[in-house]
Amino acid sequence: MQYQATVTIEQKAGMLDPEGTTIKRALDHLGYAAESVKTAKLYTIVLEAESAEAAEQKVDEMCQKLIANPIVQNYRIELAELN
Amino acid sequence: MKIAIIQFGGTNCDMDVLHVLKEVVGVDAETIWYKEEDLTGFDGVVVPGGFSYGDYLRAGAIAARTPIMDSVKKLAAEGKPVLGICNGFQVLTEAGLLNGALTTNEYPKFRCHWSYLRVETTDTPFTSKFRKEEVVRMPIAHMEGQFYAEEATLADLDENERVVFRYVDEAGKVTDEVNPNGSLENIAGIVNGSRNVLGLMPHPERASEAVLGSDDGRRLFESMADYITEKF
Repeated sequence: MQYQATVTIEQKAGMLDPEGTTIKRALDHLGYAAESVKTAKLYTIVLEAESAEAAEQKVDEMCQKLIANPIVQNYRIELAELN
Repeated sequence: MKIAIIQFGGTNCDMDVLHVLKEVVGVDAETIWYKEEDLTGFDGVVVPGGFSYGDYLRAGAIAARTPIMDSVKKLAAEGKPVLGICNGFQVLTEAGLLNGALTTNEYPKFRCHWSYLRVETTDTPFTSKFRKEEVVRMPIAHMEGQFYAEEATLADLDENERVVFRYVDEAGKVTDEVNPNGSLENIAGIVNGSRNVLGLMPHPERASEAVLGSDDGRRLFESMADYITEKF
């Protein structure tokens, strides 16, 4: 089966998010009173796996080994079956 | 003695380090393209600065997972000195050779200027030629230099004198004003538990000759060379 995983990477709570802060400041200048802005990165990964469980496990491994840095980031995986 | 200078796609401080080691310090050094993988016969490694793989994913993340880094880890495990400068520091943290992480500067700007650093320990293969608490001058040039580590890691770094350099003012005082990137406790460089792997954000190779404005960085490479001569 083919699956598409959507991986969202966010800074851990308490970490500074300079990009988010800069965007918030620009929104303030435009007159929007945004409470806060946080940035995140999103990756979509298409892969073959025997089951949804196997696909999720594989993507989780990818996140731990490369895509996220567990010291400063959290990750979230959403999985969808293709076809 | 022979020191390897690792080149990844996007490394750009390799030739500066090669120049300093060969022409200024006077030791044998060679650039090694990351695909070569074999570091047999080398007594030390420098992972130089630059923008390996365009800083894709996170600065240093891709380079840290290339097979040559397994050889660097092996060499480090033998007690041989491994030095990571700027992007090299980011690579070593991403490879798990050093604690913590380097994230986007608190004020998200590429900071490129001279910095004063305080030498926190001379008990490393890289700082034997300095005096403890000496204030030295080296330039920085980075956008992702904010050193972050979890509380327990930070406590371990402090307790075991593993912080090697801190950003200070000219008088040697740690202040927020001279912290260029928001690094915790003004940390500019650390060593691993066995003290033979150093990572620092400032560029000692750009401060190794008086004509460049400072030659403080030269002693870091001289210390490394002395250590290799004594031990290997």
